[in-house]
Amino acid sequence: MEANNVKVLEKGSKSKTDFRAVSKQFMRKYGIVLVLLGLFILMSILSPAFLKTRNLLNVVRQISVIGLVGLGVTCVIITCGTDLSSGSVIALSAVIAASLAQRAGWEAAKFPELAGKLPVIVPILAGVLVGVLCGFLNGWTIAKFRIAPFIVTLGMMTVARGFALLYSDGRPVSSLTDAYNFIGQGEILGIPFPIIILAVMAVITHIMLSNTKFGRYIYAIGGNEQAAKVSGLNVGKILILVYTFAGFMAGLAGVVLSSRISSGQPGLGQGYELDAIASAVIGGTSFSGGVGTVWGTVVGALIIGILNNGLDLLNVSAYWQQIVKGLIIVVAIIFDERKNR
Amino acid sequence: METEYILIMENITKVFPGVVALDNVNFKVRPGTVHALMGENGAGKSTLMKVLIGMYKPDGGTITFKGQQLPEYDTNTALKMGISMIHQELSPIPYMTVAENIFLGREPLKKSGLIDKKKMIADTEKLFEKLEIKIDPKALMKDLTVAQTQMVEIAKAISYDSSLIIMDEPTSAITEKEVEHLFKIVKSLRADGVAIIYITHKMDEVFKISDEITVFRDGKHIATVPADTINKDGLITMMVGRELTQIFPKEEAEIGDVILSVKNLSRAGKFKDVSFELRRGEILGFAGLMGAGRTEVMESIFGMAGHESGEIYINGQKVDIKTPSDAIKHGIAFLTEDRKRTGIMGVLSVRDNITIASLDKFKKGLFLNKKKINETCIEEKDRLAIKTPHMDQLIKFLSGGNQQKVLVSRWLLTTPDILILDEPTRGIDVGAKSEIHRLMSGLAKEGKAIIMISSEMPEILGMSDRVIVMHEGKITGEFPRSEVSQEKIMQCATGNN
Repeated sequence: MEANNVKVLEKGSKSKTDFRAVSKQFMRKYGIVLVLLGLFILMSILSPAFLKTRNLLNVVRQISVIGLVGLGVTCVIITCGTDLSSGSVIALSAVIAASLAQRAGWEAAKFPELAGKLPVIVPILAGVLVGVLCGFLNGWTIAKFRIAPFIVTLGMMTVARGFALLYSDGRPVSSLTDAYNFIGQGEILGIPFPIIILAVMAVITHIMLSNTKFGRYIYAIGGNEQAAKVSGLNVGKILILVYTFAGFMAGLAGVVLSSRISSGQPGLGQGYELDAIASAVIGGTSFSGGVGTVWGTVVGALIIGILNNGLDLLNVSAYWQQIVKGLIIVVAIIFDERKNR
Repeated sequence: METEYILIMENITKVFPGVVALDNVNFKVRPGTVHALMGENGAGKSTLMKVLIGMYKPDGGTITFKGQQLPEYDTNTALKMGISMIHQELSPIPYMTVAENIFLGREPLKKSGLIDKKKMIADTEKLFEKLEIKIDPKALMKDLTVAQTQMVEIAKAISYDSSLIIMDEPTSAITEKEVEHLFKIVKSLRADGVAIIYITHKMDEVFKISDEITVFRDGKHIATVPADTINKDGLITMMVGRELTQIFPKEEAEIGDVILSVKNLSRAGKFKDVSFELRRGEILGFAGLMGAGRTEVMESIFGMAGHESGEIYINGQKVDIKTPSDAIKHGIAFLTEDRKRTGIMGVLSVRDNITIASLDKFKKGLFLNKKKINETCIEEKDRLAIKTPHMDQLIKFLSGGNQQKVLVSRWLLTTPDILILDEPTRGIDVGAKSEIHRLMSGLAKEGKAIIMISSEMPEILGMSDRVIVMHEGKITGEFPRSEVSQEKIMQCATGNN
């Protein structure tokens, strides 16, 4: 009886308010995609060079590194945390991976006796593992000592950068093998390889978040950590895994980036952590936790990429680019707060 | 005694969604008297006081203070008019000094516009000297004991030179010695012509200090009497003397074996030597006033907090429960009292909120079986009559009653044998309330064992097969259904048995 009544009520209330509710829901879900489309159309009108395939592929290639980091940091932000260390982890991963991928006969090689002898999987694994280790340490410190993620990852940001400089003596690690360079520069069927990596990782992260126990726990912790504990979740363990995952992505990003520029440099990735966080936030991930999607972050990264690229094409100074980017982030958050009311 | 009133509240009504908190209430206070305000939890005392200090806007009625009828006002205006309140929950700012806490929002300024710290400290010292409080004004609040913090709050309320001071259970955190001190202060304030509204559950205090007593029950004014014309028993009868017209559908269920047995459980400062048994098919009610330690006992059993001594047995086996996860594995579910803080995950969907504690059931290899999750959620929605447009709806948009049903469903999916329900129907509408009661009956019939903490007398009396009463961390009474009465519970709950 009661259930029937409710249905009748629901039908009865379908009236003018319905259209508004539906359009509001549509905006909530796809508003950010509309922004991307708008930006896309605007740039193609303003600059004829923008729409060329080469340029578009370039945009995506440029965002692939930030996109990878963004996937990890999205998970972290959903738990109500943050990761400031990813830019430095990129550098540490880059110099270590590069040092294991140097050409034979290169006299300045870090390990002359190994140069050119290791299969390409070794530097890739090394770079990724460095990221995993840094991420694990972040998560372990946060979970074990209950310190704010902002502080812990701020510390890791400095430490990892220091190690990168130490390891490389402050110099670029260059002259890398062709196999290694393929990761960042190669193409499969005309599609740049980094884009393929990003796409695969995005799909994996999406499935992980929406379709595994671990993923739902990530949302639960961000939604209400106390309630998650009462529901029997091992919050500490899940947090460690989340930060480790973010570290994995940063490590992978370091490999891709060093390969793209054929050099592992200790200064790489500076400010990338902020661009990654910005991508997530523009894409609707909430700093209050519990909310965020992979697609949002990818769209967020694309918006940042198109903005950078478009403003470059329009010869806008790099200084103005920063100002515009900053304003867009804040405006995105204001919109995000409003739609949740 | 003067005949004119300093405060006249007439026909005050306050409605919250689903509840009439105050129903045409009249309340008058004379200057230079201590007026005790009594009643069970939820009787409407605190709501009336919050109306008085301008925190709530009443839905009807008038307030006359010092002969003037007041227009709508806020807490700041109330303070300026001379109405201040010592709140039951202390809210010190821990990393500020005692003096800064007392003068918060009205700091004395130097000509330059900077804070005159010397004057602030000197004024605090003067105030403390007058009240004979021995606390350093320069100490940080965080370094004070709870009792000292309470004394600072009392001093702060007095420092406004108010003509009406409300004290909401001011002695709940202080020791005998400080109570004497407080009474001395209260008496000297009374001699100065200040009116004091004194809210307490402690009978002894009421008769020691008050001139008049007003009793509230279920949002209604029951009586106002001079303190010397009534005794404890009379007061208790007034407080609980309702007719039990509400029907609670606890049906007969077969009471089975002991499933949970708690022996001499103690946690310092919270509860001591708590022992009880729980049987299959039984609803065991835990009655008592707020802060009696009922929730804390359950938190220890459920592994949310530790305990110093005592043992817990499930089905005769001694268990060592360290985390909620352990408790769930032992078949215990705990519906917490604070739905917002420890229950719902507000920005998550109804689906996630239902399944989050039982995702192991829905695993298909590495992944989750979404189809099964959806089917189960729809079954649950029908079983508990959860009103939600769809499963993707964020739970924060549901009504309190429906949120509570979602949480009940979350726990039922963990297939518990023992359900601990802490204030299961607090703040939800009458319809949802009776649905939850019906559900509890059904669960008991299935052979589940239920512990129900409730501060609502009718709920305790209607639903429980057996009632345990706690007072200040100890069990003070235990009654089978056939012998329990409102008066007995109230006597044990106030420590007067």
